[in-house]
Amino acid sequence: MSLAVEPKVDSEIAAAKTEPVRSWPATLHDWVTTVDHKKIGLMYIGMAIFYLVVGGCEAMLIRWQLFYAHNNFLRPDTFNQLFTMHGTTMVFFMGMPILIGIGNYLVPLMIGARDMAFPRLNALGFWVTLFGGLLAYFSFAVGGAPAIGWFAYAPLTEPAFARGLGTEFWCLGLIVSGIGTITAAVNFVATIIGMRAPGMTITKIPFFAWTMLWTSVQILIAIPPLTAALVMVMLDRDFGAHFFDVQNGGSALLWQHLFWFFGHPEVYILILPVFGMITEVIPVFSRKVLFGYEFMAAATMAIAFISLGVWAHHMFCVGMSRMQDVWFAVASLLVSIPTGIKFFNWLATMYGGRIRMASPMLFACGFLSMFLIGGLTGIMLAAAPFDFQLSDSYFVVGHFHWVLIGGTLFGTFAGIHYWYPKVTGRMLSERLARWQFWLLYIGFFVTFGPMHISGFLGMPRRIYTYEPSRGWEFLNQLTTIGALIQAPSFAIFVWNVVWSYFKGRPAGDDPWDAWTLEWGTSSPPPSYNFASIPTVRSRRPLWDLKHPDDPDWKYE
Amino acid sequence: MMATTVLLALAESQAENLSIFDPAAPPSQSIRTLSVLLFAITGLIFLLVEGILIYNLVRFRKTSAGTESEPPQVYGGQPIEVAWTVAPTLVVCILVLVMTRTLWEVDVTASQPKPGDHALFVTVVGRQWWWEYRYDTYNGRPLGFITANELHIPATTDSAHRPVFLNLQSADVCHSFWVPRLAGKTDLIPGQSNHMWFETRDHGLFLGQCAEYCGTQHAGMLLRVVVDTPEEFEQWLKSQLAPAHDDPDALAGKKAFLSEACVNCHRVRGTSAAGTYAPDLTHLMSRETLASGLFPNDAKNLERWVADPQQMKYGCLMPAFSFSEARRKDIVRYLTTLH
Amino acid sequence: MSASQPALSSATAIPGGHSAHAGAKPLTASQWGMLAFLLSEVAFFTTLIVVYISYLHRDRVGPTPRETLSLPLVIGTTICLLSSSVAIHLAGMALERQRQRLFCCWWALTIALGVAFLAGTIYEWHDLIEVHGLTIGRNLFGTTYYTLVGFHGLHVTIGVITMLIVLGLALGRRVTHANQIGVELVSWYWHFVDVVWVFVFSIVYLFGR
Repeated sequence: MSLAVEPKVDSEIAAAKTEPVRSWPATLHDWVTTVDHKKIGLMYIGMAIFYLVVGGCEAMLIRWQLFYAHNNFLRPDTFNQLFTMHGTTMVFFMGMPILIGIGNYLVPLMIGARDMAFPRLNALGFWVTLFGGLLAYFSFAVGGAPAIGWFAYAPLTEPAFARGLGTEFWCLGLIVSGIGTITAAVNFVATIIGMRAPGMTITKIPFFAWTMLWTSVQILIAIPPLTAALVMVMLDRDFGAHFFDVQNGGSALLWQHLFWFFGHPEVYILILPVFGMITEVIPVFSRKVLFGYEFMAAATMAIAFISLGVWAHHMFCVGMSRMQDVWFAVASLLVSIPTGIKFFNWLATMYGGRIRMASPMLFACGFLSMFLIGGLTGIMLAAAPFDFQLSDSYFVVGHFHWVLIGGTLFGTFAGIHYWYPKVTGRMLSERLARWQFWLLYIGFFVTFGPMHISGFLGMPRRIYTYEPSRGWEFLNQLTTIGALIQAPSFAIFVWNVVWSYFKGRPAGDDPWDAWTLEWGTSSPPPSYNFASIPTVRSRRPLWDLKHPDDPDWKYE
Repeated sequence: MMATTVLLALAESQAENLSIFDPAAPPSQSIRTLSVLLFAITGLIFLLVEGILIYNLVRFRKTSAGTESEPPQVYGGQPIEVAWTVAPTLVVCILVLVMTRTLWEVDVTASQPKPGDHALFVTVVGRQWWWEYRYDTYNGRPLGFITANELHIPATTDSAHRPVFLNLQSADVCHSFWVPRLAGKTDLIPGQSNHMWFETRDHGLFLGQCAEYCGTQHAGMLLRVVVDTPEEFEQWLKSQLAPAHDDPDALAGKKAFLSEACVNCHRVRGTSAAGTYAPDLTHLMSRETLASGLFPNDAKNLERWVADPQQMKYGCLMPAFSFSEARRKDIVRYLTTLH
Repeated sequence: MSASQPALSSATAIPGGHSAHAGAKPLTASQWGMLAFLLSEVAFFTTLIVVYISYLHRDRVGPTPRETLSLPLVIGTTICLLSSSVAIHLAGMALERQRQRLFCCWWALTIALGVAFLAGTIYEWHDLIEVHGLTIGRNLFGTTYYTLVGFHGLHVTIGVITMLIVLGLALGRRVTHANQIGVELVSWYWHFVDVVWVFVFSIVYLFGR
């Protein structure tokens, strides 16, 4: 079903139809200078997949070192650099770029716009983000990456304890990529608020766009404090300042407060877009409208705001007062309520539907089952005294990987499998997708399940080896084996993406029989997105077109 | 979950017990009680929600001979939205109440030492990558000696509670004191004093390790808490308060030790060695382990350590001194007399 | 199957780009973009201010704010900066009324006042460093003061440079009444920088002394 009527941009279409096959320098030039949100989105995703592989290799090295107690595969400082860079890479150079990339590609299409509000700023944002990633990794070339942990607790980052230039490049890399992230957020806010198709009020936007909007608000509030704190670290290291210099009156806790004020909203930045993607997939594959859009939207806002006030649940053990502990525990428990609302609405959407278990839905169900568990272990950790035992243990490592991989990654795979036909015009292989899913799902359980137990048995995080007599070796071996099961699933995914681009079944405009605007244009969309900007009347414009006798706007 | 934990722990032969589910002191007992409730509540939520998910997948799966028409579109329903907002809120309220009570039980502010309080006050100074223990007061008596890496405490008996109050400080970066069977962890933050407490009736050894990443040998900063009977503890205090043994057979070694750089960092009370940077060696041989719990404390390991600490604990802050073999042997002989 | 566009009901149309100049018009995408950017700046400066306040009077060494900060000079620079906000507002109004030359005059005055503010700051810092020995590494006050006032000064500098570019374009008739969106956004930025200064001035020079 196409929304095309009469093309208004005749000359551009004529040119596109008669375009000759271009040489590779010309193609490269096109991509490097592009301001088209679709190409920029794909470049963000490409950057993220590259860093996913890099971070994954770091993880495999870590897991190999931990396979045996007292293993000496890696030196302690090498191990410490690897876990620092693994965390930094996955959060900043994989997680955020892939979500910003998917958002970049889809948001203009979903709201009926031709591009983002600021196309050139968009391009600048990508290249700056990439440059930040390269800067951070340049640290390996100047004497070693920093061995400070991805949250870099002061005063470990002071020159007395973190020698060498690695920390400088790490700080610079994050400052620079943070600027890129902020420009992306500015673009999303301006685009979603200011460039919607006629008839699409803010309460009618696709749910993914709504979550991208609130993710952007969180980015605008949470990233600048990190930028400021990183600048302070650099001022301490290179200009003699004393922000975190305890010997001269500086405060180690100040860094923790600043970092986690950023750090907690950061993990919601990593999950809210995924909530949006899941909310697009579940209705289409259950063949039912989203249950409770207004409540879902309100819950998203609630999560965005409450999550700004919970940061010190990462600091329960630092000696805060009991009242402070209570505040942060209560706020952290409160955030589970809107999250629960979302869960129930998703389940209610599926209830009474006709569920089609194609690969997007398979990954969405994987997300639901996993994120539930990760969320529940989070609720446990929010109860401060429980956290006194398990903070900084492998239980926490298990928890956050559960929500980041089980949540963010599974949800992102759902989104990629859903929208790949739109981006490329071809379907991904269902068979390969199922192999990927089950290897990932099972491998994931085997990797991160045992971590909860080693946490119960007293294993702290970030240790390069452990005593064989503490009962942790078998659990660590399970974890490493699980990682070995997961690793091929990523290879299968990359292979699926590449192979299907050339050999996948042609998809057509709307292979899933979906309802949002992006499915109303060709696959892939033309550079101008829509021949003419449609006017909409409900949250599911294509449903209205397909069901003129029973349109959504009668019920919304 | 607990059964699995126990089983897995037993699966490792002679595994040492650091399980948070085997508490030996009131703080960890309170936390275990809380965790039982947490498991129960989250377990129920898990079964409920996962159950609904599986039910949906089974019941509403599209059949292959399905019709082309769409199922009834349900846009929402306010009563049920309210229900599944209120129910989690109630659960959260319960959790908040229980958690707060546990918090007050666990988080006791340190009192001041008084004669007859049977309380032990120790200042713990975290250092890269070992633990310094300054014994301040016991039963109201000021003590004033400093040891390293093995914390001796007296057990509570029926006759008296013997709480241990730790004053946690750091000489460099953030560390964290975690002995799971005794209490939750508390961080050692440079520039401030944190407090924790525990008491136990169980004699023996309790293990843990630093739980806040603190640099290269964070993994090598193990904790050992030795719980003595009250009489054994008094004995131990007496021997620790005494100055270092002066064995005439080890005179050559003592002279070597005192003339080398050792004294810049180490302290041996009763001699001119008054370094404050490294572990106090006055009663070195009263400790079971070296290098913060990593190696048994015997002559062989001592010699290996003095020859090249970097080989044993890479990155530690003690450099290798190129002693001749004879000099090294003399120094180690001296160290082995420091009971 | 051809698409029949659903008829536009009484739903509010939200056009992008240019909007009509009448009453309570909705903000354009560009305006939302600048507001979003300013939100991030609010977060940034709030962080620096919170750190400044948390370290206030916590020093055990070195010159204190009371000993070193000179109120008369800074009142002078503040007057310059606040007047520049008035000037930029008048510039905007002139451009609205298509008074191109008057716009350029007020705009240039804004730049001059901004430069005066920066010159005053440089003079003040010279005095602090040479006479009082207050550097960023001297003590906590030095650390937090130079960071906070310095980043504000950096934002003023960026504003001045941007305004110079706009002035150049306006003199070349590339910025006129017809395309004044950029002028509006730059003046929002400039007003924001002024508001930040009001907070910084109050906290550093009044409350903190």
